[in-house]
Amino acid sequence: MHDSVFDRYRVGESRVHRMSPSVKVLVTVLLILSNALLPDGAWLALGLSWLLILTLNLLARLGWAFTLRRSFIALPFALAAVTAIFSLPGKTLTTWDIGPWHLVATDVGLLRFISIVIRSWLSVQVAILLVATTQFPDLLHALEHLRLPRSLVTVIAFLYRYMFVLTDEVMRLLRARQSRSASLPGQRGGGTLSWRARTAGSMIGQLFLRSYERSDRIYHAMLSRGYQGHMRTLNRHEMLSSDWFILAFTALTIFILQTLAHIIG
Amino acid sequence: MPITHKTPVSKTAVNLVDGKVLTVENLTFSYPDGYVALHEIDLALSAGEKVALVGPNGAGKSTLMLHLNGILNGAGELRVGGLPLNKKNIALIRAAVGLVFQNPDDQLFSPTVFEDVAFGPLHMGLPEDEVRTRVEEALAQVGMSGFGERLSHHLSMGQKKRISIATVLSMRPQLLVLDEPSAGLDPRARRSLINLLRDLPITMLVSTHDMALVRELFPRMVIMDEGRVVADGETTILLNDEVLLEKHGLEKP
Repeated sequence: MHDSVFDRYRVGESRVHRMSPSVKVLVTVLLILSNALLPDGAWLALGLSWLLILTLNLLARLGWAFTLRRSFIALPFALAAVTAIFSLPGKTLTTWDIGPWHLVATDVGLLRFISIVIRSWLSVQVAILLVATTQFPDLLHALEHLRLPRSLVTVIAFLYRYMFVLTDEVMRLLRARQSRSASLPGQRGGGTLSWRARTAGSMIGQLFLRSYERSDRIYHAMLSRGYQGHMRTLNRHEMLSSDWFILAFTALTIFILQTLAHIIG
Repeated sequence: MPITHKTPVSKTAVNLVDGKVLTVENLTFSYPDGYVALHEIDLALSAGEKVALVGPNGAGKSTLMLHLNGILNGAGELRVGGLPLNKKNIALIRAAVGLVFQNPDDQLFSPTVFEDVAFGPLHMGLPEDEVRTRVEEALAQVGMSGFGERLSHHLSMGQKKRISIATVLSMRPQLLVLDEPSAGLDPRARRSLINLLRDLPITMLVSTHDMALVRELFPRMVIMDEGRVVADGETTILLNDEVLLEKHGLEKP
């Protein structure tokens, strides 16, 4: 039921799927960094970045619009940058008076806002491509090989494993509440707002307690199998010559993009 | 040419004394809030025995099991083979006593099945080849070969239970301790679990409420109630003592 919600991996055998996970993570981070560093209004460079992502989509055999379709979910977050329109000095486009506020929209601000939206939208697509072509366990090992602190990787691994268990727990709590949310004919059901808030509060408390007790049991299960405070793993990732090539190619592409953007604009 | 024998490498963590795998003497444990969960428990298991541990909820079965590999530490004597349980021996004892928890979602905490089954051997410090062999062996023993790369949260309840058992079999324990293995299984999964437990050539202590399972699999049965061992004997005899069963909230299957 919940598989489709969290498991973003798409089974495939493409060149991108077979790339070393560590390289994929590196390339993703580099591309996101590059997006963030492109200056405002560098339309050519932004467009080329998008072209690159579309090409990667095709290489991964996901269909050219795959990441585009999935990226809209993140767009609302980019709206947080809307204040940029009114906070940068520049030529006045229009003004609004909303209550006590006097808002002045400037051309520089608008340019900044649109650039931020496009940058974050491109970055989200790169990230979507990464999780769509890499199994989550491989991603964890990649982080480990990239020298991310062990405890952090362990925390992410547990988060991934227990996300599913916890959502099931929440579903059960919600269903139990729904089953008893009844009403009589001619009687307004549902209780007062404060009563309902209290119910929701104790449900969250329940969830916390259950998770807390579960963490105890998991720790016991780990101790029983010899856990002594640090995780061990067998995973090794050899870098193939093709991985080095891809890394070099990405670096070169990003260099060209940045040069283009900062010189031509 | 003379035949040279290599020095035998001990395959197991613990050597047995008088054929006893486990000896518990006078074990008492109370929780921090003062509740006495175990009261002067005596229990001994010989190699190869399969023993059922029954009793009502709150009788102290799970608490006793958590003592068998030193997760909880009560007052009294506990030896696995000839080794007394103490800080020095605890790693060896954890390799010798395979404890499987009731809920497989607690037992299986790694993203993939392989990693979960490899967890024990890896933490025992075994070399890579040995770890891989043991994982394959353990998965084959529970009839789940080829499930290594599967994600734990995609498995069915019966599969999870089998993998849970594999996660301790890979440590090649001398005593297998299972907490309610048949709870939450449908009849088919329960049947295949029973067959699995019957075929595993290993000493077992199994806590359960499933009296039909007890009658079928375990020649010896230990009844606990209110933190004490109230009966310990042949299953066929104890299961016919209806007064005893009723007194401790049990039913004849």
